[in-house]
Amino acid sequence: MTSSRSQPAISVRDLHFAYDDVSVLHNVDLCLSTGERVALIGPNGSGKSTLLGCINGFLRAESGDVRLFGEDVQGMSAREIARVVGAVPQEFQMPFAYRVRTVVGLGRSIHLGLLGALDEHDEEVIDQALERAEVIHLQGREFNTLSGGERQRVVLALALAQEPGILLLDEPTAHLDLSHQVEVMELVGRVGQERGATVVASMHDIDLASAFFDRVVVLDRGRVVADGATGEVITVDRLRDTFGVDADITKDPASGRPRVTARVRAVGSGTQKSSSDLGSG
Amino acid sequence: MMLPSEHSEIVSRWRGPHASLVLGSLVVLLMFAVMGGVWIGSVGIHPLALFGVVWNALPFADVNPWWRPTDGQILFGIRLPRVIGAAAVGVSLSTAGVLFQGLLRNPLADPFVIGSSGGAALGAAAGSLLLSLNIAFLGFGIVPLLGFVGSFVTVWIVYVLSRHHGRTSISGLILAGFALGSVAGALNALLVILSDQLQIRFMQTISWILGGVSVNGWTPIVSTVPLVLLGVLAGFVLTSRLDALALGERGATRVGVDVERTKLAVIATASLLTAIAVSLSGLVAFVGLLVPHAVRLVIGPNNRLLLPASALAGGSFLIVADVLARTLLAPVEVPVGIFTAIVGSPVFVLLLRRARGSYDF
Repeated sequence: MTSSRSQPAISVRDLHFAYDDVSVLHNVDLCLSTGERVALIGPNGSGKSTLLGCINGFLRAESGDVRLFGEDVQGMSAREIARVVGAVPQEFQMPFAYRVRTVVGLGRSIHLGLLGALDEHDEEVIDQALERAEVIHLQGREFNTLSGGERQRVVLALALAQEPGILLLDEPTAHLDLSHQVEVMELVGRVGQERGATVVASMHDIDLASAFFDRVVVLDRGRVVADGATGEVITVDRLRDTFGVDADITKDPASGRPRVTARVRAVGSGTQKSSSDLGSG
Repeated sequence: MMLPSEHSEIVSRWRGPHASLVLGSLVVLLMFAVMGGVWIGSVGIHPLALFGVVWNALPFADVNPWWRPTDGQILFGIRLPRVIGAAAVGVSLSTAGVLFQGLLRNPLADPFVIGSSGGAALGAAAGSLLLSLNIAFLGFGIVPLLGFVGSFVTVWIVYVLSRHHGRTSISGLILAGFALGSVAGALNALLVILSDQLQIRFMQTISWILGGVSVNGWTPIVSTVPLVLLGVLAGFVLTSRLDALALGERGATRVGVDVERTKLAVIATASLLTAIAVSLSGLVAFVGLLVPHAVRLVIGPNNRLLLPASALAGGSFLIVADVLARTLLAPVEVPVGIFTAIVGSPVFVLLLRRARGSYDF
């Protein structure tokens, strides 16, 4: 590889993407230096998943380019991308009764020899990935019998077993209850710091995004409409303009980060109720 | 949270079943099946004649035969090649079953169900029609070659037809397999009728279509067994990528597998194995489904162990099935394909019912 670690980990320049004739992304620019962690927020259909798909090479942009550590992603093979990017999908099912350790071991696929055996180094990397994602006690369980939060952590461990410089997470908390949401996000933050990994996570929950990320990028109908420090990006005006929601924003006393509370007009009663969940599903 | 430098205790790792134990016992089982298959038949033979003939074949050994002179001929000229032929069919179909099930992420995939066998049979039939023209390609006979082409093309079409948004739906798979299999079957029947009209000598018999092991003597064994071994070896090399395919096509790409090339290699290998099985025994149904499924229940889904274990178990299974097929209604010999279909269909239906909850129809 010709890549150099002095290059930005992810550099997206003037990216345009369309599904057939429906345009989804318009001149998107995004630059992340190594170790940076960014949350991608925006209403449904704003292009978050599409942008992630372009970053890990699944989707071919109409124009513009995506570079990972300086290398054009469209010129990289699946193997080369898997060396650099670990991606955690939104939903994930396994056919057959695969055990957790085997599933995580699939993250070592590119390191296997002709006969496909894991060597001692691979096993150690798997041990560490299982420990980091706090699923080592589940290693002998059937993947399909796990709860949603456990599965999400196993899939995170699978991505970690690839030893990637970049972690892409597509709504990692989408199907989890509140305690698991917090648990998974804490894990992502810790793992990012320990490994020095660059993290991009699309988040549907603005409050969670704000609690766990220093930098937030807002997508609206395929355009980046805001990109910057969390406190500057998440404002009452921004939430009204992009999400169409009237919200109260307070400062979290501990972290100083914004906390978002949407104001919901209860149907029929005319009184105002509060909801802390801005998730739009 | 423990950092790697801190963790001094050795983590006890989850291990699957012991590979050498599983494969060792299946090898022993296969050896017993071969001996039983050679020994049991319509002509009764002294149980120890088998060992006597082998013993006398050694250069230094010579005992007085207590067996009839024809016994050696029956054992090694007729029964052993047939038993090996049955084993080759079982090994091929079971290995192809593992490959198709892994590729399609679906325990119901089987060379017969998804039309691969039908395509191979059509190709082989077309090949045997052309045989009168004495065409050979790269030293391969035209019959297995066209069988391979027929299977490959059929599976590729079924695969493309049954896929939606990167997932292979079970209904799509079975319907497309049924449609393509029916077309192949109809064309096959047409070939039979045409060849009869044109008075071309046609190797194909009803028994062959129904799946009878039609191995007489060593010639077909010598030409197919090396290909079976090659197919199983190629399949084994593909197993780690097959496991990655369990993550789905995108998931496999995410962990660095070249999915398109892997699909091509898997379908080619499985088609080769199906074509060999069909050229030896016609359409033997459900073996490629039953054997991997049963083995998976015992040792789990990891393809690195599942594939060789299913190959061995499939060999034993078809030897036993063939023995039953030729002795149950003796002197009438039932094609083994009828036997496997009668046993296999209920299991297939049972799996289909059980799967209803976990698959999209």
